[in-house]
Amino acid sequence: MTEMIEVRGLTRRFGVILAVDHISFSVVRGEVLGFLGPNGAGKSTTMKMITGFLAPTDGTAVVCGADIVGDPIAAKRRIGYLPEGAPAYPDMTPRSFLRFIAEIRGFAGDEAKRRIDLAVTRTALSSVMEQPIETLSKGFKRRVGLAQALLHDPDVLILDEPTDGLDPNQKHEARTLIKALAPEKAIVISTHLLDEVDAICSRAIIIAAGRILADATPIELAARSRLHNAVRIDLTDGHVEAETALRRLPGVVAVERVADAEGAALLVLPRGGQAIVGEVTDLVRTAGWAVRGMSVERGRLDEVFRAITA
Amino acid sequence: MHSTWVIFRRELASYFITPLAYVFIVIFLATAGALTFFVGNFFDRGQADLQPFFNFHPWLYLVLIPALAMRLWAEERKSGTIELFLTLPVSIGAAVLGKFLAAWAFAAIALTLTFPFWITVNVLGHPDNGVILASYVGSLLMAGAFLSIGAALSALTKNQVIAFVITAAACFIFTVSGSQIVLGFLTPWAPTGLIDTVASFSFLTHFNAIVRGVIEVPDAVFFVSVIALFLYANAAIVELKKAD
Repeated sequence: MTEMIEVRGLTRRFGVILAVDHISFSVVRGEVLGFLGPNGAGKSTTMKMITGFLAPTDGTAVVCGADIVGDPIAAKRRIGYLPEGAPAYPDMTPRSFLRFIAEIRGFAGDEAKRRIDLAVTRTALSSVMEQPIETLSKGFKRRVGLAQALLHDPDVLILDEPTDGLDPNQKHEARTLIKALAPEKAIVISTHLLDEVDAICSRAIIIAAGRILADATPIELAARSRLHNAVRIDLTDGHVEAETALRRLPGVVAVERVADAEGAALLVLPRGGQAIVGEVTDLVRTAGWAVRGMSVERGRLDEVFRAITA
Repeated sequence: MHSTWVIFRRELASYFITPLAYVFIVIFLATAGALTFFVGNFFDRGQADLQPFFNFHPWLYLVLIPALAMRLWAEERKSGTIELFLTLPVSIGAAVLGKFLAAWAFAAIALTLTFPFWITVNVLGHPDNGVILASYVGSLLMAGAFLSIGAALSALTKNQVIAFVITAAACFIFTVSGSQIVLGFLTPWAPTGLIDTVASFSFLTHFNAIVRGVIEVPDAVFFVSVIALFLYANAAIVELKKAD
């Protein structure tokens, strides 16, 4: 396992505001790191420093052995970057834009053509290749930005909100693409869509006010939820009686009544996240309640996110 | 070097994707013609030279060159493409140079398209073609100086109109710094050394010296130095302001 991205004490100050405060982490090949945080947490600023757009006030990032401060051009060669909002020259067509990117990255002739074709196929752009980028929908613009980032088959991909503005189908395709690329690369994506982290990230970092507050796998993060291992029981009737009985179980800390899109139910919360599904099932069986449905909660990322960043 | 060339080609092509190139060339040629023939009394002078044509170039450039330069960096900053552009593996120097050379090449194309004036004067008489060539080179150098100022100032703002206005103002001051407009303001109080220095920055003085005859080395060096100085400033401003 080699470290493809190594962020060391990265710091950025804007006047008196400390936007990023000594952040350190590293990403290895095969990892998809989700960068989470409220707006203004410092996600984009960190990405701008790793990609060499913004000079760090302190610290540095090393990309595939090249220091972004000491040898920015060597580092930039190894990075594919999708900036926030997927900027691209509005007057150009995707074809001329991608040709420009190919040439500036040093590809010519058949090699450039082959790489453009591959990037276009991967991002399903072929139908809009001759239209000015300014006339394209948000989804296509985003895909032009992705194609540009993938063109030189970089070892490191930094994607700032890659699925923002895509419809559910396009989102699914973009995520499938990122997952397919993942084994060969080190990928960092920023997002505030928590289902995206669940869907594609092997690791998540939560940052707020310029500091790292959590660095773990999505499953580990979800396990910090008070809902982790909670049992949801949907009874046909007799809620009051069941509630009292469930509350007496040793592993249970509380029982809540919930009414949401899935209907009314009882939510049995465990003490300290322990597994209580066994004792709950036993009780249900001995009491003989009419159960319509029962499920174990894994924990919710959005709830953990709120608890950490609020 | 390679990336400067790639950037140069993209930038030059970008002038021609939009109507900007055609509008610019038509206005430039029409205005140059009108000034030469109606204001400069090209025919009534009865001399076979292009003096009346070249005499108006500083004033023509004052309005038109800022329009060419204003988009160079302000547009990149406004649309956010500067973040994409400057995270590609190119140095700031190559980026600044590629953009400047593209704008300068475009100015050269517009200037070249004034060749019917040269044909006219050769049909009507026997001009000194050496002087005319020197004047063309001088005009191109002056256009380059205006452009380098405009490119540097366009990196200061996201707003192209502001870039246009401050560039036109800066170019005006450089153009007339040898004339009474500026010197009359300085004479009552400033030391002679300062007055001479300010006067020596006059584009008009250096350009007129070139148009009068052969290219004097100091005049050509002056314009090349101005270009170099402002390209350097351009790189520094981009580095400083790119992320604002």
